[in-house]
Amino acid sequence: MSTDTAMVDNREASLPPIEMGEEMSGSDMLLRCLLLEGVEYVFGYPGGAVLPIYDSLYSSRLKHILTRHEQGAIHAADGYARATGKPGVVIATSGPGATNLVTGIATAHMDSVPLVCITGNVAQSLIGTDAFQEANITGITLPITKHNYFVRNVEDLPRIVKEAFHIATTGRPGPVLIDIPKDVNNATAPFYYPETVKLRSYNPNVKPNNLQIERLAKAIKEAKKPVILAGGGIVAAGAEKELLEFAERTNIPVIPTFMGLAGFPGTHPLCPGMPGMHGSYASNQALLNTDLLINMGARFDDRITMGRTKEFAPNAKIVHIDIDPAEIGKNIDAYIPIVGDVKNVLLAVLAKAERADSDAWVEQIQAWSKQHPYSYKPSPEGRLKPQRAVEIMYESTGGDAIVTTDVGQHQMWVAQYFKFSNQRSFISSGGLGTMGFGFPAAIGAQMAHPDQTVISVSGDGGFQMNLQELAVVANHNLPIKIVVINNNCLGMVRQWQELFYDHRYSQIDLSVSVDFVKLVEAYGIKGLRASTEEEAERVWQEAMNTNGPVFVEFVVESEENVYPMVAAGNTLDQMVLGDEE
Amino acid sequence: MEQKHTISILVNDQPGVLTRVANLMGQRGFNIDSITVGQSEEPGLSRMIIVTSGDDRTIEQIMKQFHKLIDVIKVQHLSSGPMVSRELALIKVEATPVTRAEISGVIEPFRASVVDVGPASLVIQVTGDSHKIDALIELLMPYGIKELSRTGVTAISRGVATLAKV
Repeated sequence: MSTDTAMVDNREASLPPIEMGEEMSGSDMLLRCLLLEGVEYVFGYPGGAVLPIYDSLYSSRLKHILTRHEQGAIHAADGYARATGKPGVVIATSGPGATNLVTGIATAHMDSVPLVCITGNVAQSLIGTDAFQEANITGITLPITKHNYFVRNVEDLPRIVKEAFHIATTGRPGPVLIDIPKDVNNATAPFYYPETVKLRSYNPNVKPNNLQIERLAKAIKEAKKPVILAGGGIVAAGAEKELLEFAERTNIPVIPTFMGLAGFPGTHPLCPGMPGMHGSYASNQALLNTDLLINMGARFDDRITMGRTKEFAPNAKIVHIDIDPAEIGKNIDAYIPIVGDVKNVLLAVLAKAERADSDAWVEQIQAWSKQHPYSYKPSPEGRLKPQRAVEIMYESTGGDAIVTTDVGQHQMWVAQYFKFSNQRSFISSGGLGTMGFGFPAAIGAQMAHPDQTVISVSGDGGFQMNLQELAVVANHNLPIKIVVINNNCLGMVRQWQELFYDHRYSQIDLSVSVDFVKLVEAYGIKGLRASTEEEAERVWQEAMNTNGPVFVEFVVESEENVYPMVAAGNTLDQMVLGDEE
Repeated sequence: MEQKHTISILVNDQPGVLTRVANLMGQRGFNIDSITVGQSEEPGLSRMIIVTSGDDRTIEQIMKQFHKLIDVIKVQHLSSGPMVSRELALIKVEATPVTRAEISGVIEPFRASVVDVGPASLVIQVTGDSHKIDALIELLMPYGIKELSRTGVTAISRGVATLAKV
């Protein structure tokens, strides 16, 4: 064995190196590619078309997590990716296995999460015959993947896997799917893993244009009321430190979007909180009054602009920084467009920008924050309020935890009351709004960070969409704090029916569900329940002191609404502040 | 302002590439007036010519979105500069021995030709820009058009014109 033809997987150097040119099957190649890419875990579920892959897995050192549903597998891979910045990998069989990934792929696509999804398909001789468990998954996932592949020849497989990881993780990240028919997995060829990727048509532009950087520095100098809108791009680029340095040096307030919440310390005096539909009064006022809006890796989503793009930030020059040129000008025209990796942009502009003349403006925003902070009425009978439940979790951890959420009211309360400061500590389906995401995503996050506190917060609706993954938590003894805020209904739908459909509560009652505590106990997981504030504090302490998995049900009233709120179709100045103290 | 635009895209000659392009148009709500695909000057690459309509902002967005497709190598806004665009149409028109000569007279200034003669019909072939073909179709309408088949537009820039690119 000559060393120049052998590639060593350094992760486990004691194991024999992978020799180039060795004859092997497609499925063996696939697993070797994954190891060479440094993949730590794959999440998946076996089936007919992927039997060759699972046979190869049997003798591979790759760690596979068997979930109880393919959707659980892909959300776990997604949670792993969001918690680490490394690509998540999922394997599913053909037909229903592959279609069960669809929601997870769309979720990752909307939030720009790097995933490599591997599906089996029927043998090529059967493709197009409506064979058993055949589905055209490349066709189905065309609009929800960054790119996808159908592998026709086993010789192409290593190159395709290499390209898939490259595409998923560079530029604007996203999911890439590789569909491998069974005959390709079974076929053999000499294995060569390419060292580099050559894609003539794909060269993400990561270096910003100097002229635009100069213009930005000048605009900051001239601005009196500048703000930064910090989106998921900050998190994806790992630019948290640079953003903090930039904001402090220039004295510009930072409004993190929902996707950017962990991109800037929530407790920082320059941070008035999330903007938009359920955002803070101060942030929305800041957007209405700013004269220079610097968008860093956010996409002017309709939950922030309320779809009223012409009236959005009406007095501001717009600076838009994004690695995806198509985002610039998609919803709102940019006065200064900057295409590039936001970390590079921040480093470039840090070298030039001076402190803005913004003292009065910062004080104004802080006054708005004091005037109308997030608030709720405590229950006179001491019953637990959902907002208080989130506060208890925040206070006990000091924000030193990874929090995943599902979608709905609890998601907004976490976004409002939990202050994030650790990198990649907030994991939630922002763009697609996928119920059933948060709990399996916590599995991936805990796998990635076994020593960190991971809290999975769900509602009673979303939790029931993927609770089968309790088996995985029990099986691997994952110390996740599994929280369900149970209001016995679909709270956000209820809220909209109350406010916009004349209290006609249609199909939102979940009061006849299950005794969640007994349910988790059936999986061998410790279950706790609280319905008063006092109980909640005690129970949460117990949960925090528990080693291993623990489940906490916070029982709250159905009638609580999320405020503040800007109704869909209104502009940010039309905020309903709700029931303040 | 809504206008017709001609966009040229150079793509990898891969299975499914037409689907990717067409799907993108549908997904983003861009309309397609016509789309043609064929070989390009380089082996392994195809050229697509897409005619669409929209304001400047929409066109810019369409071009950027095309460029995001991994199989798309180059996107050019052909109609932003001097270009030649051509379409071919085959028109089966009702024709009796009496009207045949008259129809020949109608098509002559269009440099169209008769490519098939049947007992009660003629097949006329015409090439030109879309306006010219529209005009001939209108003139032939009174005779009775039984079938019409148009290729859609293919186009190329004139000379060594520099074009708006993404």
